[in-house]
Amino acid sequence: MRVQARFFAAYRELTGASGAEVDLPEGATVADLIDTLREQGPSFSVLPARPAVAVNLEYAPPETELSDGDEVAFIPPVAGG
Amino acid sequence: MPYAEITADPLDPARLLARVGSSEDGAVLLFLGTVRNHADGRSVSGMQYEGYQEMALEVLRRIAEEASERFSTPNLAVTHRLGALEIGEVSVVVAVSSPHRAEAYGASRYVMEEIKRRLPVWKKEFYVEGAAEWVRGTVPPADGSPAPHSGAGDP
Repeated sequence: MRVQARFFAAYRELTGASGAEVDLPEGATVADLIDTLREQGPSFSVLPARPAVAVNLEYAPPETELSDGDEVAFIPPVAGG
Repeated sequence: MPYAEITADPLDPARLLARVGSSEDGAVLLFLGTVRNHADGRSVSGMQYEGYQEMALEVLRRIAEEASERFSTPNLAVTHRLGALEIGEVSVVVAVSSPHRAEAYGASRYVMEEIKRRLPVWKKEFYVEGAAEWVRGTVPPADGSPAPHSGAGDP
């Protein structure tokens, strides 16, 4: 399956990318996606090991299972207001 | 029904105020968040707000609904701005009305505290001396759940 990763604010600047398409085996979780990305190369290894993540606009813990076509956003510490 | 929006346009507090208030409400409360000219002893020249816009709208709607339920304040409106803001510009508006003041204060406080905890919005401070930095933020809860006792005490 293939998911769409998105990076915002500090994570976008750290990785130099606003997003990435990632191929994962069936049954992969949020944690698997993060680990896969971090092993892909220097631009993604700068991401924290367990960042906050949202799947399809909802915060999702690392054990959340992913599905084909999911949008997975990496959420830096928030600073609204 | 509470109202929530995320926008890149300048905020007009009167527009939000017009969404609340009723003949049953004896208290109308308006909160504005504005861009200040200093942070940790450094002079600030402006602020850039970035948001995960689609998600931020969902989260802000939920926060507004939670506040309305917890404090029985259906007359509640909140908006958060994104983009480049100058010193003194309004970044967030919360308007709420209620029969008595305690509920309005509680609901307004709840909305602001939850925005700080979990709204996917970030801001970069630009300093007078030239540098710019992302404001150190709050790690949101992994499941996005509200704080058990957020706001000004229990309703």
